[in-house]
Amino acid sequence: MIRSTSLPLIVTLVTFVIAYALCASAYPAMLSSRVVANLLTDNAFLGIAAVGMTFVILSGGIDLSVGSVIAFTGVFLAVVLRDTSLHPLAAFALVLALTAGFGAAMGAVIHFLEMPAFIVTLAGMFLARGAAYVLSVDSVPITHEFCDWLQDIYWKAPSGGRFRLAGGVMVAVFLGAILVAHRTRFGQNVYAIGGGARTARLMGVPLARTTIGIYAISGGLSGLAGIVFALYTSAGYSLAAVGVELDAIAAVVIGGTLLTGGSGFVAGTFFGILIMGLIQTYIVFDGTLSSWWTKIVIGALLFTFILLQKGLTWATTIRRRPAAGSPTPS
Amino acid sequence: MTDPVRPVLQARGITKFFPGAIALADVDLTLMPGEVHALLGENGAGKSTLIKCLTGAYSRDGGTIRLDGRPIDPGSTEDSQRLGIGTVYQEVNLLPNLTVAENLFLGRQPRRWGLISRRRMAAEAEALLAGYGLKIDVREPLAAYSVAVQQVVAIARAAEMSGRVLILDEPTASLDAGEVELVFSVIRRLRARGLAIVFITHFLDQVFAICDRATVLRNGHVVGSRDLADATPRDIVHLMLGRQLETEMRLSHGGAAGPVLAEIEDLGRRGTLAPFSLSIREGEVIGLAGLLGAGRTETASLIFGAIQADQGRIRLGGRDLALRGPRDAIAAGIALCPEDRKADGIIGDLSVRENIILALQARQGWARPLSRGRAEEIAQGYLRALDIRAASLDMPIRLLSGGNQQKALLARWLATEPRLLILDEPTRGIDVGAHAEILHLIETLRAGGMALIVASSEMEELAAAASRVLVLRDRVQVAELEGRAITSENIVRAIADEEREVA
Amino acid sequence: MALSHAPLRRLAPQLVILAAVLLLNLAVFPDFFRVEFQNGRLFGGIIDVLNRGAPTAILAIGMTLVIGTRGIDLSVGAVMAIAGACAAKIVTDGHGWGTALAGALLAGGLCGIWNGVLVAWLRIQPIVATLVLMVAGRGIAQLVTEGTILTFLNEGLIRLGSGTILGLPVPVAIWIALGAAMAWGVRRSALGLLIESIGINAAAARLAGINARGLLVCVYLVSGLCAALAGVIVAADIKGADANNAGLWMELDAILAVVIGGNSLLGGRFSIIASLLGALIIQSVNSAILLSGMPPEFNLVIKAVLILAILVIQSPRIGHWIYILRASGGDPAPGRAPRGGAHAKETAR
Repeated sequence: MIRSTSLPLIVTLVTFVIAYALCASAYPAMLSSRVVANLLTDNAFLGIAAVGMTFVILSGGIDLSVGSVIAFTGVFLAVVLRDTSLHPLAAFALVLALTAGFGAAMGAVIHFLEMPAFIVTLAGMFLARGAAYVLSVDSVPITHEFCDWLQDIYWKAPSGGRFRLAGGVMVAVFLGAILVAHRTRFGQNVYAIGGGARTARLMGVPLARTTIGIYAISGGLSGLAGIVFALYTSAGYSLAAVGVELDAIAAVVIGGTLLTGGSGFVAGTFFGILIMGLIQTYIVFDGTLSSWWTKIVIGALLFTFILLQKGLTWATTIRRRPAAGSPTPS
Repeated sequence: MTDPVRPVLQARGITKFFPGAIALADVDLTLMPGEVHALLGENGAGKSTLIKCLTGAYSRDGGTIRLDGRPIDPGSTEDSQRLGIGTVYQEVNLLPNLTVAENLFLGRQPRRWGLISRRRMAAEAEALLAGYGLKIDVREPLAAYSVAVQQVVAIARAAEMSGRVLILDEPTASLDAGEVELVFSVIRRLRARGLAIVFITHFLDQVFAICDRATVLRNGHVVGSRDLADATPRDIVHLMLGRQLETEMRLSHGGAAGPVLAEIEDLGRRGTLAPFSLSIREGEVIGLAGLLGAGRTETASLIFGAIQADQGRIRLGGRDLALRGPRDAIAAGIALCPEDRKADGIIGDLSVRENIILALQARQGWARPLSRGRAEEIAQGYLRALDIRAASLDMPIRLLSGGNQQKALLARWLATEPRLLILDEPTRGIDVGAHAEILHLIETLRAGGMALIVASSEMEELAAAASRVLVLRDRVQVAELEGRAITSENIVRAIADEEREVA
Repeated sequence: MALSHAPLRRLAPQLVILAAVLLLNLAVFPDFFRVEFQNGRLFGGIIDVLNRGAPTAILAIGMTLVIGTRGIDLSVGAVMAIAGACAAKIVTDGHGWGTALAGALLAGGLCGIWNGVLVAWLRIQPIVATLVLMVAGRGIAQLVTEGTILTFLNEGLIRLGSGTILGLPVPVAIWIALGAAMAWGVRRSALGLLIESIGINAAAARLAGINARGLLVCVYLVSGLCAALAGVIVAADIKGADANNAGLWMELDAILAVVIGGNSLLGGRFSIIASLLGALIIQSVNSAILLSGMPPEFNLVIKAVLILAILVIQSPRIGHWIYILRASGGDPAPGRAPRGGAHAKETAR
């Protein structure tokens, strides 16, 4: 039996499979492990950021600061590695703490000052981007043997595709997030707040702790995405990753999460990322299609999924199950 | 603890003041273990204020509460829950997006190695609900189930988490007969476990079906406490209505009706209201009686076009109306004062003046604004005519008292000079003075030739004002009373008809 | 119509903040208030603020109405790009500037109607509904310009961005005229009242016979038209349409302007004038940072901090604290906490 809640997830999955099948029928080369590996590597930072965004959106909020935090992380790492003798691992830890703390601060402002998440994270977006500028206006190259070593870690599939560390980190983040979302009290509280903050509070959900935690996770994962992105581009640039928050939101929605909060799956976001990556790959393969079609197709996909969710919400509230204690047919 | 003679909860001398009014005066309430205790009273009698004082949602201004003999002073609903007092409201206070199991265990999920064991949670939830006679798939979201099932889940959660006292605030208000029985079976099981249960309802037959004792409030005072085994429904009704029943006032005598204004034929909507027919004359007040959820509001909404009918037709003044929404109804000369003043009536942040002219302005369209002077004139006129007490016409309407808000809403509709005015619970939650004024106003309007439909749960109000009364039960029109036959007793009998045969 | 001091009280916080920021400008640049008349055009720091703030101000006009209905329009930046692209495309195809402006407005209007239909008919949350166009809009703009920066030399169109009327830069004249007309129009007609009714209580507004759907579409249409106008001005200013960067993040500035204007994101009571002051405050902050000679890299940080400070001062919770502070000594606050938004407005007065 298909549960109504998992229907959006299934639709996303089916969309992905159909899209992949269409791509593969046009360009059989897209089936190669090389393409798959690149799909994972190229979208790793976006995927990691989208995980954080999924939590935020599940709780009914939004985080506009993601792209800026990614840029800040890159510049911070580059500058620290250039100007100090800090080991990259220590720098990673430092920047993760910073970004998670930044997210937590935004969460605290949202909760305690009762300000809309939209506005607070908008200010956060300016702040993080601005901090990146302050650190360096120019692109700073990252050259550290440890970083090069990290970049060179890959698992070569028999058919030639190189699965790099970045993709692995993304997959690990997704797996961890799935566990957190569905198997911890914190995760359940996120869904509860998304279903209705007032009711959640009446049911004993610690609003302050959870809200701060949600934005800390989003900030921290943006930081991690920033690390991956910095290693991927081997540089930190304050103008990088502009608008990534928008892509992340799009991936979350295409992944079947309700933008109003309370319903959706982390796993859906994974396939949302893959679908968006697939569109880009297809356009690259095609060669004649212009890059702007990506945006238009993603916009159209967004629209379709929003309509679908609207239809589903409508259907579940209209067609309630018959009451009474009789066992439901299953 | 299980000593049968010792009360679980003892409230003594509970007193609560609201600005300018005493909401509760020296109220006592004693709950015994294994007892279902009905808390009865008309709207505004103080039931919900008492509940809020007991659960800490309001801070009381006087009195003591003892739970198992120990004095308690809950500061919030969470507090009282921890102490053992759980509450379930008419609107289900659970999260529709979570599954049934998640709702039951939110905040106390069974864990294994730090992770929630979903399998165990589902199994425990199933076992828990089975204990209440409910076999459902607990992995489905709560929204997938009917309100009755949601209500049972809410009761189960509250009972599991508190375990001493359970307060059920109109849990059956929006349920049908079969669903009510489901909730009752759950209540009986909880009673057998020794919980003290407070049951609030407007339905007398339900009181006699499930409750052991009843405490009746009127105007913030306890007017009596009865063992239901030796009381009749009539006794209770007398307690609730008190003196009003004996000196029943009679405002209209229904004789002066003019020509037929509106004819409604087989108007209905599947799943909302069974088709009904009605013809209304000018200068007539039609009462709509019935329990909450019987279809009063639905009837009003269908005639007003707020709910779209899927069959039947309305003729007004000899013209067929095709109502696609309230706008069409307003254009045709129909007005509706809705039941839920806050949600559907007032525009809280707008001024009293703006609220009064709103419907008139909406009908005129945005391009033809009422001048400031004209608006002032209209608003001032009604301020005087209806005796609306507002410090200024510029103050936001949300700052007015309930009665004055209601009168301002009436003014909004009178300003459109309607031919048919529908009033849904026009006196709910307003003070006695305003109550009488509004009844008087209804009579004045009727005498002026307006046709009115008044939906109300207060029998004596209908008896006083209506020239004819339609009685609804379970969304079907079951009786029509006319002239001398309209008395509270008769309305109650018509509403209770079926159930009364058993009693 | 009796002119009470109520409107002034409503605008006081914005006026005070604007004055403070302008004084800051004066402090870092003593010639800030000096206005000169050269070559038929006014020059000076203050004129610059008015001129540079034009796109945000024009967007803020439409955004105020949208937010008044409890909505939001995220697509205005993308619509600016589309409109700019359309205008550039039309003049490069050899048509006149009038046709270009009309074409751009038509495009913006269609975008607005699309948003309005999604919100009013399909009942999609505004933030979600307008996100679609925010994402796809830039792609559409690039489709029009075919991925290049379309430059043009049409004098008439360029004048919209850098010409003068009576010595005043054209963008300044446009936003002041449009702002005044709209502010006057919504209060002179019943539009303002009806929009606020929808924003405060949509269900009650509908039951009072307000054509909520029609009004919602209108409001998003106006927002689309404003965005188109701003897009044309920006394109005219740089003599080209840059589908990638035109209007980038302008929706955020516009929303900020509305919020700094003291309008609640939860809809209801709104003031277009206050939003315009909000737009000016944002631009004055930019100007102060620029004139102070601080390294430009500090711009965003300072802007973020200033905006945060302004918002925190206006936040409902701070308002509540001030309210309690004032009330302390008297009776403690009643058990039921009044609506937060109301406090923001009370402190804003």
